[in-house]
Amino acid sequence: MAEERRQKQCSVVLPTESMKAMAESVGVGQLQEDSCVALSEEVSYRIKEIAQDALKFMHHGKRRKLTTSDVDNALKLKNVEPLYGFQSQEFIPFRFASGGGRELHFYEEKEVDLSDIINTPLPRVPLDVSLKAHWLSIEGMQPAIPENPPPATKEQQKSESTEPLKVVKPGQEEEGTIQNKTQGTTATDGKGKEKGMIRLKPRSTHELSVEQQLYYKEITEACVGSCEAKRAEALQSIATDPGLYQMLPRFSTFISEGVRVNVVQNNLALLIYLMRMVKALMDNPTLYLEKYLHELIPAVVTCIVSKQLCLRPDVDNHWALRDFAARLMAQSCKTFSTTTNNIQSRITKTFTKSWLDDKTQWTTRYGCIAGLAELGPDVIKTLILPRLSVEGARIKAVMEGPVVSNIDKIGADHVQSLLLKHCASVIAKIRPQPDNVEQYRSDYGYLGPMLCSHVMKARTQAALQAQQVNRTTLTITQPRPTLSVSQSGLSGSSGPRTPSIIKVPSSLTLMSPRPGTPSQPSPPATKYIVMATSAGAASTQQVYVLYVRYDYDINICLVSKQLTQCLLRKNN
Amino acid sequence: MAAVQGGLVDASEEKDIKTEPSSDGCGNNDTNDARPLSTSPGSNAPGGNAKTSSGSTEEQQTLLAVLQFLKKNNLTESVEILRREAGLPEDSLDLKGSDSSGASSGGSAGGVDGVGVDASALLSRVTVSSSAGVQAPMKTSGEDQPDVNVVLSAYSQQGDPALYETYYSGLKRFIETVLDCHRAELSQVFYPLFVHMYLELVYNNHENEAKSFFEKFSGDQECYYEEDLRVLSSLTKKEHMRGNETLLDFRTSKFVLRISRDSYQLLKRHLQERQNNQIWNIIQEHLYIDIFDGMPRSKSQIDAMSGSLAGEAKRDANKSKVYYGLLKEPEIELPLDDEDEEAENEEGKPKKKKPKKDSMGSKSKKQDPNAPSQTRIPLPELKDSDKLDKIMYMKEATKRIRLGPETLPSICFYSFLNAYQGLTAVDLTDDSSLIAGGFADSTVRVWCVTPKKLRKVKSAADLNLIDKESDDVLERIMDEKTASESKILYGHSGPVYGISFSPDRNYLLSSSEDGTVRLWSLQTFTCLVGYKGHNYPVWDTQFSPHGYYFVSGGHDRVARLWATDHYQPLRMFAGHLADITCTRFHPNSNYVATGSSDRTIRLWDVLTGNCVRIFTGHKGPIHALAFSPNGKFLASGATDGRVLLWDIGHGLMIGELKGHTDTIYALRFSRDGEILASGSMDNTVRLWDSMKAFDDLETDDFTAATGHIHLQDNSQELLLGTYMSKSTPVIHLHFTRRNLLLAAGAYNP
Repeated sequence: MAEERRQKQCSVVLPTESMKAMAESVGVGQLQEDSCVALSEEVSYRIKEIAQDALKFMHHGKRRKLTTSDVDNALKLKNVEPLYGFQSQEFIPFRFASGGGRELHFYEEKEVDLSDIINTPLPRVPLDVSLKAHWLSIEGMQPAIPENPPPATKEQQKSESTEPLKVVKPGQEEEGTIQNKTQGTTATDGKGKEKGMIRLKPRSTHELSVEQQLYYKEITEACVGSCEAKRAEALQSIATDPGLYQMLPRFSTFISEGVRVNVVQNNLALLIYLMRMVKALMDNPTLYLEKYLHELIPAVVTCIVSKQLCLRPDVDNHWALRDFAARLMAQSCKTFSTTTNNIQSRITKTFTKSWLDDKTQWTTRYGCIAGLAELGPDVIKTLILPRLSVEGARIKAVMEGPVVSNIDKIGADHVQSLLLKHCASVIAKIRPQPDNVEQYRSDYGYLGPMLCSHVMKARTQAALQAQQVNRTTLTITQPRPTLSVSQSGLSGSSGPRTPSIIKVPSSLTLMSPRPGTPSQPSPPATKYIVMATSAGAASTQQVYVLYVRYDYDINICLVSKQLTQCLLRKNN
Repeated sequence: MAAVQGGLVDASEEKDIKTEPSSDGCGNNDTNDARPLSTSPGSNAPGGNAKTSSGSTEEQQTLLAVLQFLKKNNLTESVEILRREAGLPEDSLDLKGSDSSGASSGGSAGGVDGVGVDASALLSRVTVSSSAGVQAPMKTSGEDQPDVNVVLSAYSQQGDPALYETYYSGLKRFIETVLDCHRAELSQVFYPLFVHMYLELVYNNHENEAKSFFEKFSGDQECYYEEDLRVLSSLTKKEHMRGNETLLDFRTSKFVLRISRDSYQLLKRHLQERQNNQIWNIIQEHLYIDIFDGMPRSKSQIDAMSGSLAGEAKRDANKSKVYYGLLKEPEIELPLDDEDEEAENEEGKPKKKKPKKDSMGSKSKKQDPNAPSQTRIPLPELKDSDKLDKIMYMKEATKRIRLGPETLPSICFYSFLNAYQGLTAVDLTDDSSLIAGGFADSTVRVWCVTPKKLRKVKSAADLNLIDKESDDVLERIMDEKTASESKILYGHSGPVYGISFSPDRNYLLSSSEDGTVRLWSLQTFTCLVGYKGHNYPVWDTQFSPHGYYFVSGGHDRVARLWATDHYQPLRMFAGHLADITCTRFHPNSNYVATGSSDRTIRLWDVLTGNCVRIFTGHKGPIHALAFSPNGKFLASGATDGRVLLWDIGHGLMIGELKGHTDTIYALRFSRDGEILASGSMDNTVRLWDSMKAFDDLETDDFTAATGHIHLQDNSQELLLGTYMSKSTPVIHLHFTRRNLLLAAGAYNP
């Protein structure tokens, strides 16, 4: 492994084509292959040397990223003029172009109208450096404040619940102390090694500190209270606060109990609020929810399939709640379903079973279909599409049948539109054109004609979107040298990681050099951007990304010679 | 045996390396550097502490060499003066000159060598090898870097390039088949041999053979040499060898190996039986084998000590006596309780007086046997304000929390916000009232972390107006209009990499990429002096704990000792093989520790300028050093994420603290030395039980004599706590006088 990498390091050399390209752009037509090889070896060596020096500056700058200024300083160390104009905070703004059998990275420099700059309002002054103090630890315990990272990372929470007999590491021990202190019990065993040797499952807290209790009270009240602004704030807090894991069991119980009570009482508003809490909890990246799914999933499923969710089913929009909960369900399936817990298949089975039951109410039916549909096109294809005709017949019976309650009619109507909405896009993808109304009718029964029109609409929409997404691609061919630019908006980082050379000679404008079109690039001076990225080493070394620029008038033959001399001689 | 030590410059290796600054290609600072060296004994040293004992022949030869160097650079007046002062006869120089005129470098190389015999031996070897038929072609061409040619031509001895691989794999087979106890020891030979054989191949233009040699055997080398191998791998042409610093390091300094006598005999017999002259030559010329009697060392023992650029330290390099004890605290009458208030009032006033530079006088009654004498180096006399500060310190010390595994310190974290990855250095004053940051945009910023604001002194015109007799004159001289929480110091022209407050809080030092060290006044917030001497980036600087002196070190591999009132350095500490990355003063101000990219730590005697300790064992550039408050121990942190603990008196590694996952940039002992805090790029502050680490130490005579240590792997037991910050690398740590830990770093969102 290491050997392979080293061999690669040994052999990373700029391609000779790069040398040729550079030579061409300064007017040296026929560069012999031998000179190219010699040049590229020499240049590669010097570049590596500079990169190694630049690393020093990165270390002393106490950074992890190599910046252009590091390279500048390394050049200065070698008594070489640094490169001006490559100030870039984050990344090196190379663009990728290919054509004529060549792959190039180039530095895009747009022609800038000075008057534009003058007329634009001044940018905001960047914030000045400031100093802020906080407690990282108080007598050995890390306080849970926003300035500190969450007390337990997701991995820790996970390992806590999945590897109960792990030896306690000193890093986590601190938490143990916090917990012990908050419980006011045996505070002495927090530090000792003896704790590690007994291999006990670390106790998890069941009591919250006063602050946490207050927080819990405030948050739950705000979440189910009447003030929407407060609720938004509380939900935001749940979704982002990193230190909630100790309160998670409370929240999960709160939600599951809340749903149980409010379904019975048909309190639609509260159910919606509780579902939004579930959403917020799932959005919080620091929480390890797996432990509480057994409480959360039943609550969510209840909100999807319950027969009645509100007091006046004919007027209230409980459908929206079902849709929302169905989306939540799909999201949790996506994130939490594993081969061991099988959430997705179990949920799918539940939905299908109650949907297939003839006696199921329209509301539940709607929920089941919504729940299934949210699980993705594959589920729609295999489970919903085959039953379209049966479902269509049922809807027809309600819509055109003689005596029906208003509630049933509304339900059937909603199911119909739901089916149309979800199935149309899937059918549009799997069914070949053209769309024939008769054929649709024979395939899907009552819903066929409507589906047909929906599918057609979906197709036109898809086409429209595709047009917008498709970016303009233009290729310009010129007598010499040939260069094609695909304006795909790719940045250099996403291009292929091969050593490549980029040039943008001033004589060559990428489009017809009409005056008065400032948006077209016509760079003022020739630049070579030599970029050698070795895929294997890039992540470990951060070394080999580099660029070198020469002035326009330097003869290419002199380039390596001068560089060598400069580097070697320094002052002499 | 004799072959190993014959013809080597082992005794003078220390001085031999001093050719570094002039040989690494910075031709134009030769004159700068050489002059302070030669003149310092006479003029620079305050109190004339350095004695010129011109009696010994070695000294004389050094003088001769210096003379010759001066003459070569046409500094005839200096030659005259020096000759007169040293009382040397006129013709002495010419004698010496003819001796070493073989190469153009003879003057400077031999000169700083100080050992004329060895220098000529070196030169004769060069001529032998070149007359053997292989003329070094660069010998005539590269006159700008004569040293390099001398160095390189030693590689010109030819062997059959195709046989190199056979030689090497033959030796490899042999070492793999020897007894287990010898194998680990002999395996040490692999890396230096590999490097030198590769360089020989490259030097003799066998590019393809070199490449295949590298590819075949580079994988066998220890993983901690990877960085050097990377440099080597890019070096495939003879032309590249010129000016490559790593190469020069390999060549100019012998790679030091410690091998037991039995193992060495085994190796020697094998090589002689096989007539393997190629390898034998390399071992003789480029390796220094330190042979000891006794049990061969185990793999883990060897691994603990190896990893530096030039092998381990020789045993005798760490033998000299180090006075690691603390200086006697000057006796200050503790104010009675009723005076408390008064003292505190005065404490509130800013200090103004400049430090004086007389010696401190002898106040010691019962001296620590390990402490240097109070006047070993002249220290500035305490001023009234210093005494007040000491009183303050003692008062605070009574309120200090006694730390231990059961009582961990609280940590207060100072985050620099909006620094845009630009924070490069941080320092806090001893009383924790001021914090300063060095930034990549060349600025230095000072903040006051107490409610007191920072004020400048009034202008000269305004100062004339105030009543100089009044009691609160110190208060009156300050300009209220300038009061602010922070001040920015402009002056550098490159990133500021090192920063240090003076102990009396009147001055601030900063070192920068622009090659200067600047002294700033914290009264006027202006630059007072720019110390020029390093021509390359200065990575670190630090004030002596007693003020007045400071040390700096940088890319030019030389650490310099300065006094604030001299614009030239008093001492130059040369010997490191790569950049000096960090510098620290010993608490008694008599020693300076430097850490380097060559992965060694050296301890220098301020009085003599000699290197008294070399610590090897780190596997990456060292970025943090800390002395324990009692002066006995040193802690070091490196890019390899390990903290190593060293016993200065015995010159031994005594502990290894593993836990960090990235470069350690900050190390600090608590005020009583019970806790070691380390801060790292991995965003954590870790606390270690240093008392336990030092107590567990078994220093029997054998260990002390041989330097063979058994390190326990007890990092986990010693780790007392890990505190994660929120994406904020920790780059500075500081214990307040009451043992509150302050950490600082820039928040990187």
